[in-house]
Formats: sequence, C-alpha cells, structure tokens
Amino acid sequence: MSALTMSGDFSLEKPVDRARQEAPLGGSSITSQPVAEVVAEPAKEKKMEKPATLPVAEAGTPIGERLGAVGRAILPPLLGMVVLIGLWYVATHKGGSIPGPVQTWDAAKLLFADPFYRNGPNDQGIGWNVLSSLQRVGIGFGFAALVGIPLGFILGRSAFLSAMINPIISLLRPVSPLAWLPIGLLVFKKADPAATYTIFICSIWPMIMNTAQGVQRVPQDYLNVARVLALSEWKVVTKILFPAVLPYMLTGIRLSIGTAWLVIVAAEMLTGGVGIGFWVWDEWNNLKVEHIIIAIFVIGIVGLILEQSLILLARKLTKESS
Amino acid sequence: MEKFVQIEKVGQTFDTKKGKFVALRDIDLTIKQGEFIALIGHSGCGKSTLLNLIAGLTKPTTGVMLCDGREIGGPGPERAVVFQNHSLLPWLTCFENVYLAVERVFGAKEGKAKLKERTAAAINLVGLDHASSKYPHEISGGMKQRVGIARALSMQPKVLLMDEPFGALDALTRAKLQDELMKICDATQATTVMVTHDVDEAVLLSDRIVMMTNGPAATIGEILEVNLPRPRHRLTLAHDPAYIDYRAAVLEFLYEKQAHVEKMAA
Repeated sequence: MSALTMSGDFSLEKPVDRARQEAPLGGSSITSQPVAEVVAEPAKEKKMEKPATLPVAEAGTPIGERLGAVGRAILPPLLGMVVLIGLWYVATHKGGSIPGPVQTWDAAKLLFADPFYRNGPNDQGIGWNVLSSLQRVGIGFGFAALVGIPLGFILGRSAFLSAMINPIISLLRPVSPLAWLPIGLLVFKKADPAATYTIFICSIWPMIMNTAQGVQRVPQDYLNVARVLALSEWKVVTKILFPAVLPYMLTGIRLSIGTAWLVIVAAEMLTGGVGIGFWVWDEWNNLKVEHIIIAIFVIGIVGLILEQSLILLARKLTKESS
Repeated sequence: MEKFVQIEKVGQTFDTKKGKFVALRDIDLTIKQGEFIALIGHSGCGKSTLLNLIAGLTKPTTGVMLCDGREIGGPGPERAVVFQNHSLLPWLTCFENVYLAVERVFGAKEGKAKLKERTAAAINLVGLDHASSKYPHEISGGMKQRVGIARALSMQPKVLLMDEPFGALDALTRAKLQDELMKICDATQATTVMVTHDVDEAVLLSDRIVMMTNGPAATIGEILEVNLPRPRHRLTLAHDPAYIDYRAAVLEFLYEKQAHVEKMAA
C-alpha cells in the first residue's frame, strides 16, 4: 500500500461518487421511458433527437441492476458460508468426536447468554477472556509502536544506522515470537508480562520496517522543497515526513496487529491465566470441543474486526492528509 | 546592480557507475538584478543542472558561484525554485502550502495575521483566491503550477528560479500563465532564471536567452539579447520583424548548430 496507490484510489473515487449522484436522476427518467435500455435501436434514434438525456439514461441503468450489484457483492460470500457450514454438517452428522453446527449453535447460545460471569480466576465468561487477550495485545502493541515507529524514522533517515541494524533485524525477524517466551518468563518472573512481551517482539518488526521504508520513499521533490525553504528539522518531520510516511506506518500497524492477534492465542496457551488462548486450552482439557469451535469463530471475527477497523482508519487518515 | 548573480568557470561532474560524467564545463554567466534569463537547449544539455547549481541543490565540482555578493553554499529561500512538477505537498491546502514558505521566511519577525495577509496576497497575485482552501488534487495542473509560483514569490526571493514551469501544461494554459508571469515580473522586478525548451516562450519572456550546447560537457554556446520593448503582447509580437528574427536566431542555434545530437540519438 504505497502513497502512490493511495492517491490513485482517491482520484478514482470521484467519478464513482458522481455516478452515484446521478443515479437517482437516471432512475426517475427511466421510469418515464422504460424502453430506453431494453430496445437498442429506438434508443439510438432518441440519442439523435435529445442528446441531453443520453448520459442520464446510461448512468442510471435500472434499479434492478443496482440491486443486482448489491447481490453480486453479498451473494458469493453468503454462499461460501452456507457451503462451509453444509460441509461441516455433512462431515459431522453421523456422530463422532467433533460436534456439528447444530450442537455448536446450541452451546454458543448458552455461552453468549452470559459472557461476563466470574467464578474465580480460572472460570470466567468468554467476554472477559477475549477482553484480556485484547488488553495484552493492546499493551504489547502499544509499546512496540512507541519504540518501533521512532526507530523506523531513524533507520529511514540514516543510511549508516540502517546498514548497522538491518542485519540484526533480518536475523531476528524470522524467529517465532514464542521462542522469546522463555526469555520473557525468565526476565519478568510472571506469565502475564511475558505474554505481553512476546506480543511486543512480534509487533515491532513490521512497524520498524514499514516506517523505515516509508521514510526512504518520501519523494525527493518534497525534500527539495524542504531544502529550498530551508525548513527546520521539526517542520520537515511534521509537515513533510510524517504525512508522507503515514500510509506506510498504517500498513505496518495493520500487519503488526494481525501478527499479534495470531501470536496471543499460542502465547496464552503456554502461559495460562485469563485469555482466549488459555480458554481454548482449558476447554480442550474439559473436552468441550464445541467451545473450541466457538472460540475459533470468535478469534476469527475479532481479528477481522481489528483488520477492517484499521483499514477504515487508514482510509480516513490518508483521505484527510492527501 | 550589474553583477547580481555571478557564475565563474563552473563545471559539474557526476560520478556514475561507468566513471566520471562531465555534465557542464566552463560556465561563465553574470545576471543583472531584475533581469529575466531563459536557459534553452536540447534535452540532456544540463539546463536543469545549471539551475540546480544556482538554487544550491547541488554543488559545482569546479568554479565559483555568487549571489548578491555572497557565495552560494546551499539552497535557501532567497533563491526560490518553481519546480517542473509543481511539488506542492498533497496534504496541505494551497493556502497552507504557501503559508509554509511565508512562515519560514517572515515568521521570526511578523505576527500570524501579517503572515496570513502575505499568503493571501501571493495567492491573489496568481489569481487563485477562490482555490485557496482547496487541496492540490482538487485543482488543475495549471492552477497547481500557479500555486507553485505563488509559493516562490511569497518568499520575496532575490532570484526566482523556474525549471520548465509550464512544460507539462497545454498550449492555451501555458500562454495564459506566461502572460501572468510577465505581469508579475514587471510588477515585482524579480530577477528570474527560467529553464525552457520552448523557443517562443524564451523570446517572449526573456531579456537574454542563454543557449546551451549539447551534452555531455555542455557549456554556453551563445547568448542572445532580446531588445523588445515591454510590456510585450504575444499577438502584436507575432508579426514583429524583430521578434521573428530573434525566434529564427534561436531556432538556427538549436536545429543547425546543435543538431548533431539529434542525429546521433536517432
């Protein structure tokens, strides 16, 4: 997601908006002459007579088609879900250890009837478990942003430091964050900060690398403007670098959050406590398989929401700044 | 002032993968205060390199460059540049783009109200009052270039440097902006150096046309004084014998004396 494509998206949106604005107009004119798009030949003759109505008639192709467009957007994913649940049903309806959709649905209804109960530290509602996982991701990710983004700026600005630190990053980045967990346990002597620390480690790499890349790709033209105006370093950072790097930074943030959410489940399985990962492991020990399936859906949905809201945020911020 | 900008024995060599590349050699040029100079030549002849040297964006390999008695050590707001591709910051409005420059130059001495007044005046000078709060992507190419000019002029530079400022515009918009630029230069008496590859533009706007030989190792081939009275009007000039002669002289330089590169390239 480069700054270029961002601005490209932006310019593309205008004609679409315009078409939308014209659509209701077209819709009303269509009702007055419904033949226009069905029969091609008379329509052409009309074009000759009244060229003014031509763009309206073409832009406002009937409501039915617009509904069709909505259908095209919704129907395939819906169909995909139906097929998935159908396959699941077929695979499990003869019984076996994996519960089918109906059993899972019944269990989910019970589970979500009271998601925020507390029966001691090891028995809490699924709501609490999700929230404490999100909290760990939030804290670990927040620290990673605090360290990673400035570090990315520095690496992007200094070729020397970048050459110095890049090999270290390349060495450490492919390491599974879970390999860091024992070190965290050793340093913090507690499970909870160790899990947060694991999130910190896995979130920081995309943040550093994307920010640094963004800084390196700031167009030379903008930097020349800064040089001709002899702007102060502070102005260069706030007026030129930061807005130019923002799209890259947001991509880094999105990748980080995605990885963090992947890793938290595994980290919590190992550390225990309250959290969706631990909950999955706990339900496995209780052999409540339908709860594990519910957890899989919950983890997926939360991940999807995180990702989509960051995409929305990115779009809003870059729209304001471009 | 007779010698406002002095360029003496300036050469520019770039280090490339294939070894040293001599872009410019033996450039000698003095520019008077208030003078309008056009740099013209075939592409690759180092016109823009020379402009960047005056701007201070690059440093010459050899020679000395002075502006208003001081050596040019780096870029600075007293030598404002209008870039070829306007180079407006896309996340700032037209007003904010100009304000950034005004604030930098006058911010230390003047209050915010005065700075805003200066910004508005510069935008008014290029006739863009109505687009002041728009973002660069919301306005046309010609308007963007005018904002670029307003930004440069707002700094009240000693020298206005323009790198093919109208190169990317259509002929009608270009003509309109040339007329505006002439008015602005008459009004502000700005010392201006403009890189161009448009013969008519050079003759219409300039006091002197600096014609460059083909690169590599390009230098100044000829300098043509354009003694046409100001204000100049493109329609009356079109039939003016003096104008036609100047135009022919530049064309002759470009297409007869310096034609060999075109053949080599072809």
